[in-house]
Amino acid sequence: MGQIKLNQVTKSFGEVQVIPPLDLTIEDGEFTVFVGPSGCGKSTLLRLIAGLEDITSGHIDIDGMDATNVPPAKRGLAMVFQSYALYPHMSVRKNIAFPMKMAGIDEAEQKRRIEAAAKALNLTDYLDRRPGQLSGGQRQRVAIGRAIVREPSAFLFDEPLSNLDAALRVGMRLEISELHKRLATTMIYVTHDQVEAMTMADKIVVLRAGFIEQVGSPLDLYHNPRNESVAGFIGSPKMNLIKGAEAQKHGVATIGIRPEHTDVSMSEGLWKGTVGVAEHLGSDTFIHVHNTGLDTGPGDMVTVRITGDIQAKHGDEIYLTPQLDKLHKFDAQGLRVD
Amino acid sequence: MATQHSRSAARIMMAPAVILLLGWMLVPLIMTLLFSFKKYLPMRGGDLGWVGFENYVRFVSSSAFWPSVSATLIVVGGVLAITIFFGVLLAILLNQPMWGQGVVRILVIAPFFVMPTVSALVWKNMFMDPTNGLFAHLWRFFGADPVSWLSEASLPSIVLIVSWQWLPFATLILLTAIQSLDSEQLEAAEMDGAPPLKRFAYITLPHLSRAITIVLLIQTIFLLAIFAEIFVTTGGAFGTRTLTYLIFQRVLESQNVGLGSAGGVYAIILANIVAIFLMRIVGKNLDA
Amino acid sequence: MARAVTNNRKIINTAAAWAVGLLIFFPILWTILTSFKTEATAIADPPVFLAFDWTLENYTAVMERSNYAKFLWNSIIIAGGSTILGIIIAVPAAWSMAFVPSKRTKDILLWMLSTKMLPAVGVLYPIYLICIQLGILDSRVALVIILMLMNLPIIVWMLYTYFKEIPGEILEAARMDGASLKEEILYVLTPMAIPGIASTLLLNFILAWNEAFWTLNLTAANAAPLTAFIASYSSPEGLFFAKLSAASTMAIAPILILGWFSQKQLVSGLTFGAVK
Repeated sequence: MGQIKLNQVTKSFGEVQVIPPLDLTIEDGEFTVFVGPSGCGKSTLLRLIAGLEDITSGHIDIDGMDATNVPPAKRGLAMVFQSYALYPHMSVRKNIAFPMKMAGIDEAEQKRRIEAAAKALNLTDYLDRRPGQLSGGQRQRVAIGRAIVREPSAFLFDEPLSNLDAALRVGMRLEISELHKRLATTMIYVTHDQVEAMTMADKIVVLRAGFIEQVGSPLDLYHNPRNESVAGFIGSPKMNLIKGAEAQKHGVATIGIRPEHTDVSMSEGLWKGTVGVAEHLGSDTFIHVHNTGLDTGPGDMVTVRITGDIQAKHGDEIYLTPQLDKLHKFDAQGLRVD
Repeated sequence: MATQHSRSAARIMMAPAVILLLGWMLVPLIMTLLFSFKKYLPMRGGDLGWVGFENYVRFVSSSAFWPSVSATLIVVGGVLAITIFFGVLLAILLNQPMWGQGVVRILVIAPFFVMPTVSALVWKNMFMDPTNGLFAHLWRFFGADPVSWLSEASLPSIVLIVSWQWLPFATLILLTAIQSLDSEQLEAAEMDGAPPLKRFAYITLPHLSRAITIVLLIQTIFLLAIFAEIFVTTGGAFGTRTLTYLIFQRVLESQNVGLGSAGGVYAIILANIVAIFLMRIVGKNLDA
Repeated sequence: MARAVTNNRKIINTAAAWAVGLLIFFPILWTILTSFKTEATAIADPPVFLAFDWTLENYTAVMERSNYAKFLWNSIIIAGGSTILGIIIAVPAAWSMAFVPSKRTKDILLWMLSTKMLPAVGVLYPIYLICIQLGILDSRVALVIILMLMNLPIIVWMLYTYFKEIPGEILEAARMDGASLKEEILYVLTPMAIPGIASTLLLNFILAWNEAFWTLNLTAANAAPLTAFIASYSSPEGLFFAKLSAASTMAIAPILILGWFSQKQLVSGLTFGAVK
């Protein structure tokens, strides 16, 4: 149970409309990621769903019931905050128990759920510690534990991994994905990191300036970005967007080619340039190529990705050939042309 | 950022404090304003009707007015100069590595906790008494004639007593400000070849300027209102009648409420001028 | 990062700081010492520091002359009552301002602070008159209310400053977890703000304890606290140094001890957080 439906929802802070009329349906059991650059309104949207902010107009249905004017606690949703928002004066056990205490669940049941959650999240040994004595990853798990025990109809995650270091982030990403597979509960996850979006989501919602730019599965967005900005946002390193004469040849305003869809040679190819920085990762090599004579915007740079290693150093001449079947085309408005 | 529900709850929860303070401010203020335009002598006939601006004119033209203004300025100015100058020195000293820093800090702060009536009496009798005070002993020890401090050097004596009470406050705030100075800034200046005095002048002092302003303004507000120190030492005699004390005498001693109220309005205006500057600074800080 | 300092420099620092510290503390120390002397030793020339016959006679004399316990009790009731009442009124207000700020929050805060700057002497007679009208002149109730109103802006400000440091997300988490407003303040905010509330309590208790304008002008026999108790020694008959010292020591001892515990909180409290 956990279908969330937004109908013509808007949000204004004073005169400023941060969310223009917006429709979105999140199906029961779906892992949905809101992604976009900072200030795109993704966190605001999550807080509207949570009920921590009033919507200005429109309505929100949860499981077919109008929840627009229902206070946060009564919506049956649980939220994991960016700062974890643990209660510092309570032990881990009391933190996890707090929502159940507020709901008046009896002690025995509380105990059962705490122990189950602690076991699932590897927190059993830490139940009597204070949040201040835990590492970042452990705090994150306590926050998740506090959400799980409420048995909510949907989980809301607000950039939950942004305070963790890179290695932990990868681990927690997996844990949250596994949690979703196990519980099969609706999850809405907000992030600015497209890697998190791509790896975790069933459905990605790309937002910009409060507008939904595209909704789709990760691979759908990767292969068929609806416009230039989605194309630039999804995928790493970023897609190269080329305007001017080269785009004219294909009869459009802009062409896009992903770094991994460009063939590289030291002797011949369609485009010629010089090597700027070559980033050797071992498994892959990213090469930033300058002086291609292509209109790539202010940076004058085309990025390519080669599997494995290649001998290329600063200043070498290099030739690039885009794989024409992987070429993306956009019109003057930035919209995809097929 | 919040919901309609929490906003209306916030208004309700703020109401008691706002209403109480509004009453506390407005009721006496309006009464003072009304009295100031009346001839009002509680012991000699009570309310004798409206007199327009007569009280305001009389208060300013009385022979006691200008001396009280100058006494006020000397006390406030003297105490501010002393506490800030020595406050900065003390703060720097206390910020140095030493043994027993905590104990020294407590010793320095202690005067702040002494109630004004006690400190005034202790200074008046045990130190400044012309026959038995410690200063008298000290003067005699060096063969000098003891000074009767509170009559011959009344204003400097009051300044000394009040400075002793307020030096801890200035020191504590300046010390906190110094401690918040990023030591990397000083180290960077040292790497750039700035000698200690220049480091103080170009880095420490500018860093302290904000704290100094705050000390200046907060102390000014409290110093304009000092009362007990004068009440128990000279009772306003020997040129120590400040504006506050003059108004107090007009109202309670000579029972001329109209005249005292006019003086009160002057004092309120004066305090508000200082307050405006303080508000600007605190208000700016709220945004940051 | 702190650097190693040569021992010589540290010795000089220590000596200088202790000398200055003792000089500033000396009047208090001298008062305490004198309170244990006989009247004759108290005015001896040259002064005696420690080599005298310690006596408690001044304390007994002071107790006989005036009812110290009653003044002390009045001080405790007035300072304690005004502070606790102030905190009860200020906590909800500070919650509102810290966690549900509106465009006017800043103005309200500044306005509250500005009431603190109203010179007491300017409104002395109206307050005096109101007290007579209500029949509460020379009563503890009047002083509890007046000192509460006087310190309320500081209490609101201090609590506001402390509450601001508590991340709003934690309160939102409590809201999501199903806590009502009352539960949110009682179970989450207040326990987290205990250190801040404690130092607000302490500082305002000290301020009220030492307040010497209203307590001197609005009390006589009944409600007079220690400030008035000690002021009665300014008359010539009180000119016995040892007894004056004993009375002074009795008046300031409770607050000196309390003040030492709260010295760290003094700064943030008195500067409204403008100096960190």
